[in-house]
Amino acid sequence: MIEFGDIMVAIEKAGESGKGTLESVDWDVEHVREDFPVLRQHVNGRPLVYLDNAASSQVPQVVIDRGSRYLEEEHSNIHRGVHYLSQRATTAYEGAREKVKRFINARDVKECIFVRGCTEGINLVMHGYGRKFVGPGDEVVISTLEHHSNIVPWQMLCEEKGAKLRVIPMNDAGELLLDEYNALLNERTKLVAVGHISNALGTINPVKEMIATAHKQGIPVLIDGAQGVPHLTVDVQDLDCDFYAFSGHKMFAPTGSGVIYGKREWLEQMTPFQGGGDMIRTVTFEKTTYAGLPNKFEAGTPAIASQIGLGAAIDYLNSIGRERAFQYEHELLSYATERIGPIDGIKLIGTAREKASVLSFTIDGVHPHDIGTILDQEGIAVRAGHHCAQPVMHRLGVPATARASFAFYNTRAEIDALALAIEKVIEVFA
Amino acid sequence: MSDLSELYQQVILDHNKKPRNFRILEGANRKAEGVNPLCGDQLVVYLDVEDDVVKDISFEGSGCAISKAAASMMTQSVKGKTRKEAETLFEEFHQMVTGELDEEATPNTLGRLTIFSGVREFPARVKCASLSWHTMHAALNGEQVVSTES
Repeated sequence: MIEFGDIMVAIEKAGESGKGTLESVDWDVEHVREDFPVLRQHVNGRPLVYLDNAASSQVPQVVIDRGSRYLEEEHSNIHRGVHYLSQRATTAYEGAREKVKRFINARDVKECIFVRGCTEGINLVMHGYGRKFVGPGDEVVISTLEHHSNIVPWQMLCEEKGAKLRVIPMNDAGELLLDEYNALLNERTKLVAVGHISNALGTINPVKEMIATAHKQGIPVLIDGAQGVPHLTVDVQDLDCDFYAFSGHKMFAPTGSGVIYGKREWLEQMTPFQGGGDMIRTVTFEKTTYAGLPNKFEAGTPAIASQIGLGAAIDYLNSIGRERAFQYEHELLSYATERIGPIDGIKLIGTAREKASVLSFTIDGVHPHDIGTILDQEGIAVRAGHHCAQPVMHRLGVPATARASFAFYNTRAEIDALALAIEKVIEVFA
Repeated sequence: MSDLSELYQQVILDHNKKPRNFRILEGANRKAEGVNPLCGDQLVVYLDVEDDVVKDISFEGSGCAISKAAASMMTQSVKGKTRKEAETLFEEFHQMVTGELDEEATPNTLGRLTIFSGVREFPARVKCASLSWHTMHAALNGEQVVSTES
């Protein structure tokens, strides 16, 4: 039996050797960790090792404080009152939108629609664009790598409209087959909807190239950026995507925040997603006229505190240096791949050449759920299951995987702890 | 680590490795599919019920060690039981893993199934242990599909 003490010793050793020698990017991870209060706790008597960042990342103190300050000093409904608090709330909320615009380099702040999360953003486009522009016999192209949130809305649309869902295949490494993709596009294709980074495997898709290919035939492209924004610098103008959806809670902001970016020419043609307050210009029982962008798509009172928190998370990412953070994450992934990959009985699932910080794996003879439970006993949080990407699992012939996903506050010592805990799993099931 | 060894006892690990009655049952007159959409576990329980007695039972599918061992031991316990006895076992098992039954203080028919009592310390795993039981219960009652999330 490998005991807990061994793991602690390994953590200390890795901590010593890790300083200066292994770290090639200038990144003071211990300093960064101090920004995240949740990381200070113990789970099952062990220091928490949080490796489930692709599901939801942790929130730094400055973001928590910003949300609290809103609730303590500024809370009121936006876009309504002439009174002082409402104006402050509106200023803070619209300020967050301005930050989003700069974060993704949108042309216009009106192209950044606040939504509850990535899923809602994709559904907004399905309703607003899909139900208006997709008809019987038309086609929507997605990929094998998609999260269910970028499959099910399009399936629902195709069923309703008598349209056809076409799927870009992938190879065993988890890379999309671009020749097949090109061959799928035709005059009936009304939309391509593809993920920037696979949540299940970490594959970074060549979306810029894929967008250019679709645009040659006049086909708009939606990018599911849920895993993109936490790990890459996203420039929607450079990508030239028509829509880009992402969630706040995977990029160090609270749940309930998110954005769907859309090119203005599309958003203006689209029908509203939900009806209600704040999205109208005039209402009579005979006819309602809609508000302009972005309000047309923001019916009802939004998650004001969360969206302001998203703005604060963007400030935080800018303050720590996003490029260096991403480089550090990349080094963590390389380290984890070298450390975990060679363990006897381990199979890495998803070995694309271009990968973000996701390490999906299986252990011979051990179900990922059991891996998850044993790792949890060691204080290590990973995701076990199909990752809301069942078609990926089917394609690779595995029912599920265990997935460790890294953020810039994770350490090499934590990866060492993961490796030792994996050896313990193998021992239990030997 | 007492909790963990409580959960992954040798008997459970053994049933995981070598599940009993793990096959398609030729001549089954009832079957049901059980799915846990949260983790992707899925199994089919086959029953041959004659004169209100479970003459034979089997299962197939994929799942974690807890769900596989629970299914394996479920088939052993239910085989040869009357429908009423099988339903009582289902009730008692379900109550035990959800913490509603103290199997040591309250008389019950669980026998060696009490090995799964440790599961109640792991709320995330209760559905793994009970999936095959729910599926057997559904098959007994003529239902085709059962989900942990319905």
